[in-house]
Amino acid sequence: MNAGPEARQKKGIREISPIDVYRLLPKTNCQDCGESNCMAFATRLVNGELVLGDCPPLHATEYQEPYRELATLLAPPVRAVTFGTGDQECITGGKYVLQRHEFTYHNPPPIAIDVDDSMPEEELVARVRAIGTFSYNYIGRTLTLNAVAIRSVSGDPATFGKTVRKVAASTDFPLILCSLDPVVMEAGLSEVKDRKPLIYAATGNTWKQMADLALAYGAPVAVHTDGDLSLLRSLVKTLRAYGISDMILDPGTLSDDGLSETLQNFTALRVAACRDFDELSGFPLLGVPLAVWTSEEISQEVLKWRETITASMLMSRYADLLIMHSLDGWVLLPQLIWRFNLYTDPRKPVSVESGVRQFGRPQKTSPILITTNYALTFFTVESDIKAANLDCYLIVADTGGLSVESAVAGRYFTAESIASALKTCDAETLVSHRYLIIPGLAARLSGETEEATGWHILVGPKDSSGLPQFLREHWPPAAE
Amino acid sequence: MPPENKGRAQGITGNDLLTLAPKIMDLLNGVQQLELEHFSMEIGDLDLFIPTTISSHAPQVIPPAPILSDRPASLLQETFPLRETTYPGSIREVVLGATKPEGGSRGRSITIGGATQPAYADRRHPPLHPPAISLDVFDMKVPLPKVLRQHIDEVMEDPAEWARLNVKKFGADIVTLHLMSTDPLLKDATTAEACRTVEEVLQAVDVPLIIGGCGDPRKDAAVFKAVAEMAEGERLLLNSVTLDMAEARTLESVAKAARDHNHVLLAFTGLDLNSAKELNRRLYEYIPPEQIVMDLTTVALGYGLEYSFTIHERARQAALMGDTELAHPVISAATNAWAAREAWMKMAPVYGSRELRGPVWETINALTLLLAGIDLFMMMHPASVLTLKDVIRRMGNAGTATDAPRVFRDWVGVRI
Repeated sequence: MNAGPEARQKKGIREISPIDVYRLLPKTNCQDCGESNCMAFATRLVNGELVLGDCPPLHATEYQEPYRELATLLAPPVRAVTFGTGDQECITGGKYVLQRHEFTYHNPPPIAIDVDDSMPEEELVARVRAIGTFSYNYIGRTLTLNAVAIRSVSGDPATFGKTVRKVAASTDFPLILCSLDPVVMEAGLSEVKDRKPLIYAATGNTWKQMADLALAYGAPVAVHTDGDLSLLRSLVKTLRAYGISDMILDPGTLSDDGLSETLQNFTALRVAACRDFDELSGFPLLGVPLAVWTSEEISQEVLKWRETITASMLMSRYADLLIMHSLDGWVLLPQLIWRFNLYTDPRKPVSVESGVRQFGRPQKTSPILITTNYALTFFTVESDIKAANLDCYLIVADTGGLSVESAVAGRYFTAESIASALKTCDAETLVSHRYLIIPGLAARLSGETEEATGWHILVGPKDSSGLPQFLREHWPPAAE
Repeated sequence: MPPENKGRAQGITGNDLLTLAPKIMDLLNGVQQLELEHFSMEIGDLDLFIPTTISSHAPQVIPPAPILSDRPASLLQETFPLRETTYPGSIREVVLGATKPEGGSRGRSITIGGATQPAYADRRHPPLHPPAISLDVFDMKVPLPKVLRQHIDEVMEDPAEWARLNVKKFGADIVTLHLMSTDPLLKDATTAEACRTVEEVLQAVDVPLIIGGCGDPRKDAAVFKAVAEMAEGERLLLNSVTLDMAEARTLESVAKAARDHNHVLLAFTGLDLNSAKELNRRLYEYIPPEQIVMDLTTVALGYGLEYSFTIHERARQAALMGDTELAHPVISAATNAWAAREAWMKMAPVYGSRELRGPVWETINALTLLLAGIDLFMMMHPASVLTLKDVIRRMGNAGTATDAPRVFRDWVGVRI
């Protein structure tokens, strides 16, 4: 791959040391960035926690040259491309590595849901509203969709323009304008001049007209080919020479029999960007699970099923932006959750500190519960207790970061370890009663635990979402 | 997971970092010191691996695109040579089940493993053997989500019938028999009873079997030894052996029984490659590496699937780069997906019925790990099994790799 001499100088993010960065900084230790010195700033910079913009002196004219060098050194091999404006703007790409364990993934892929210009106005507005309000509360975080893709089905510029105007008036979400016809595209763009929508798409036939539109409207542009990676690279090279820097690559999404080809294309492009530092491959990748809806299959459920599995596989295989059709919760929920999980930092701890936590204003007669110190177990229980406004104590037992089920199976959560956790937490002084609520998944330990602790054991629900009901029914415990 | 080895890289401890970057404290909010052990690179360098936390903003430093004074009037031709990556290592092949000529009584044996490339990264190197699917059977009534129970309600107290249903109706390549009743804290069934159940299932179906224990290192050892002897030559996959067994000094006896009676061991560890390697090293003392499959732990989507995904990506990468202690086929209990409340709980109508959410959860759990290199799945829901089989077939393998005709249809203008 002829990536050019510039590409060969590029280093992977993990090969860049704070020293590499430090030697290019002003070295004034001015603390304007909020760090104690330039070395501390350099360390956080290579960790992806701060950006060059956080160092004010670096922007003085005298540092122009080192700034340029730093910008090149620290640029992610996959460019970050933004569309939309304001708080809701979508940042795509900006990836440093192929596999998340090499560093961490940045910028969770925005998920766009489509509308089209054949929809009656009422239906259109209702769908746009539904896209904007879909959300799920996951361990205390609100997960949402991110963008609206407007498709030109009519092929008519006026119809498309009208639809774009209507959608733009109904949502702050970033927009993706979808038409392969530059005339239709312009009709849409002219309605949302200030919204920085993503143009979908420049192709081998229309690249010049679409490039002119992208430049005229200051909008990023998606580049599409039917699985032809050579043409894709040609288009990127040409558009770059044309003056366009914000592109998103769409090598085509096939489901079913074509899925393996699509996944291979996504992988090849990302390998070229992150391993070979090929600048022409170093752009965000667009996956289109919506493409399953073009098949001859007529069962809606089957199509939705295919769409959800295609989306999840594309997300695992480097997609930086997804366009989907189904608004069904069971289709979207796994995507939102998997996206959240995949984009957490793999270097973060899997366990939380053991000990006792207090929720609300527990009294001596309040319930006392126990769980394990696996981070996700704890966050789940915590979020359920908070959501239900319970006043209680929660003992977090050290199970080496294992969930309740694994910890019971692996003998990390036992009658003995519960007894020692009660002692460590001084549970007898926290409450005046002697009733401990253990997780339903640890039910089999109840007998042994009563013996080992001298406490009465109440077997709680298997899932902490059942805690409010459980407490309503079982608390205070019936006197013997 | 031992508490030592925390956050130490390039001499920077978690505490140092916290003083260096006070904001991290807020983000961690009561979370323990950074624990690197499970997520550091196995191979390659550890030169720069400084613990940090999620950053809300990636560095957005972007060199401007070169703007040339004259814009191109026609397409500048480029090529995309598909890079050919070869790896020094490969995954061992492991044979499960044995036919009559091979010393057992199965209709056919199944080979798993053999990968020479990351899974499905390059179609010129499809998997040597397609990943296999095993369906679960329990030897006692277990609480299952309704959505799962409805397919097997009538056979739940008859392991042999259940196994037959899994093979005949749901297309199981392999059957997993969980001897839950042997758990000393449950029914404490005897080794003789366990052997009888295994024998019944061996007679009911002719596919290879996985035999699951109860997790007690002593009881499992006793049961596995008895079953290994009874089912001489069947190449059962004994699920599982653990470092707990090493501690309880029962590992050697199980490993030797598996070797002497021609079975395969499933080495189970909890999301920790160092433990996985340690357990394998211990097993090599007693049994050929071709009789070891690894279980690195499968966590449910929403409950830590990302840990499983990443540990499998790391293990596979390390093995392909030449770490022979990790060059074993891997198994995933996709059934664990049902631990997630989103899989079984009744939720607001906007999230759809659990009849759909459940199997989608299991399916996505499995497909995600399929991409990380899983060679053998343990599953339950028929729709998930069907989907996985379908995807595996379409993704191709060394035996069937043909280019199906592909059509890119216009999704922009389609009326839905």
